Amino acid sequence: MTARKVEFIFNARRKTKRENNMKDKKNFQLSILNFQCRKIIERMAKVMLTFSGSITSLAILLIIIFLFKEGLGLFHSPSVEKGYVLCVQTSNPIETLTPEQIKKIFDEEITSWNKLGGRNEAIKVFRFDDIFSMYPEEEFGQEYELLPDKLGEVISQNPNIIAYIPEQYLPKENASVKILVSGNIRMTDFFKGKEWLPTATPSPLFGVLPLITGTLWVSFFAILIALPLGLGVAIYLSELAGTRMRKLLKPTIELLAGIPSVVYGFFGLVVLVPLIQKTLHLPVGETAFAGSLILAIMALPTIITIAEDAMRGTPKAMRESSLALGATHWQTVYRVIVPYASSGIMAAVVLGIGRAIGETMAVLMVTGNAAVIPHSLFQPVRTIPATIAAELGEAPAGGAHYQSLFLLGCILFVITMLISVSAEFISKRQHNKGV
Amino acid sequence: MIQAKDINFYYGDFHALKNINMEMEAHTVTAFIGPSGCGKSTFLRLFNRMNELIDNTRLTGECLIDGQNIYQKSVQVDELRKKVGMVFQKPNPFPKSIFENVAYGLRVNDVRDKSYINAKVEESLRAAALWDEVKDKLKKSAFELSGGQQQRLCIARALAISPSVLLMDEPASALDPISTSKIEELIHSLKKEYTIVIVTHNMQQAARVSDKTGFFMLGELVEYNDTKKIFLNPDKEQTQNYITGRFG
Repeated sequence: MTARKVEFIFNARRKTKRENNMKDKKNFQLSILNFQCRKIIERMAKVMLTFSGSITSLAILLIIIFLFKEGLGLFHSPSVEKGYVLCVQTSNPIETLTPEQIKKIFDEEITSWNKLGGRNEAIKVFRFDDIFSMYPEEEFGQEYELLPDKLGEVISQNPNIIAYIPEQYLPKENASVKILVSGNIRMTDFFKGKEWLPTATPSPLFGVLPLITGTLWVSFFAILIALPLGLGVAIYLSELAGTRMRKLLKPTIELLAGIPSVVYGFFGLVVLVPLIQKTLHLPVGETAFAGSLILAIMALPTIITIAEDAMRGTPKAMRESSLALGATHWQTVYRVIVPYASSGIMAAVVLGIGRAIGETMAVLMVTGNAAVIPHSLFQPVRTIPATIAAELGEAPAGGAHYQSLFLLGCILFVITMLISVSAEFISKRQHNKGV
Repeated sequence: MIQAKDINFYYGDFHALKNINMEMEAHTVTAFIGPSGCGKSTFLRLFNRMNELIDNTRLTGECLIDGQNIYQKSVQVDELRKKVGMVFQKPNPFPKSIFENVAYGLRVNDVRDKSYINAKVEESLRAAALWDEVKDKLKKSAFELSGGQQQRLCIARALAISPSVLLMDEPASALDPISTSKIEELIHSLKKEYTIVIVTHNMQQAARVSDKTGFFMLGELVEYNDTKKIFLNPDKEQTQNYITGRFG
């Protein structure tokens, strides 16, 4: 009886053991299933993240490619407006003219052919519309089919004429008519040209120099104003201000960063511009200075916030060890904290400059938009973004003007890229030096 | 000579140091030991008024160095800190070159004499047993040094302004054994010229380097005596338990 009992207990034990084993196995299988499930989910997440990342980069890349494609198309368009030609008499020795010469002829700044290397005769400028004042309307025929003949007549009668006419009415049969070769818009004219007259006829001028200098001028002075002020406020906030003051000031400054730029522009136009005009006795208040001031005000919150964060991020140990060496608070700030936070401060500067260079609306509203190379801070200037915003609506799609605006966008892109790359380079070098 | 009389210290409502009386003699090494949070670092930081940097703290009692109460209104805190140097737990060199790190204390004290600065930097680096390792790369960033070298640089930096007291807050806790032994040798050699107070978690270290040892617990100075006595035959049972590793 005892033996049976023992056997029973033994069996029972074995049974529970087996059951436990089964349970373990089941659990284990379950966990394998779980494991595989998790693996699949993780892989899916990975694929999705990679996908979204590459899509985003691709989209940005495509935008840049589009920008450059449209912009560089400018150098393939003719310097004379599309669909029009410039004609002279065959006897005229002149074969080609630059856009600038064409503009001067039609503005009657150049009045004699000998200035262009031709005969010593006065230039007779002939615009297409002039034909309608020379002949009665009936003589052109029902569908203007006789118009080319009349144009040919005019050209052959005037040896010193330069005629600007549509290509479709070109008198092809007339042997005394010669088309001037004006070529495509050249890169040197674009980058070295000092005049931006994109809607001039017959030959628009795309001299980008005034716009680039305007942009750099306004941004440079904006940064010159914003940087010392911004760093000063950042140092005040991170080192000198009491907790309560900081809690009040910091959100207020961050709030300033969120105000739409058009509101700043409005403020500038209504308050700053008249103020500048009155106090400095200028003919106009819309100057580069007004633009710089507005930009400085707009860049300040960014500079302050980022620089302050960088300075507050200086390790406590760094601060304490400086103080422990007998340095005053102020010495600690400018000898240890500012150098330590230099890369963050650099980031603040770059973002501030980026904001200043790319800013459109506010600058458009207060700088006066005169596309001339500025000689002083108190002259109207025109920046690249303002030009794009103001003119894109009027530029016919695909035309030279439209393409030139895209090229301006490319220039802006290159400038900002150069700045951020060089800033990266500088901060990296400083980091390596540990300075 | 450093004296602390009836020191009570509060972080807000927290009573961190309770009625501490202590005397440390010149040219000795005094070690503070005790479990974490016992107040030994807080006590150490009283002597160069480092605790003032923390908001919402309060101190009662007197702290005297060479007979003068350092918390008197007439005492300039930056002048005090020139006399009482400090080495921190983690090596914290400035983002400057090795040379400039050591020269920092001189520069903030308006020392302009170049040859004096050069001589002082070399002297301090030699005193910190670092000169031979860095003499060829003084212009390099201090961040290029190893952790142990950085800590010796921090000691050199503290020595450059010729303090009379050197406070060390766990100076070797972040270092490897070889660097630690170098720092301990350094403490031995510095004893001749400086009064050294060192906080340490490492009991062997306290036994090796110090002349006197204070055992802190829960904000109280439990026992303060010659190091030999503390480690071989302490008066209090709590001390005995701590040094034999029964708690803490």
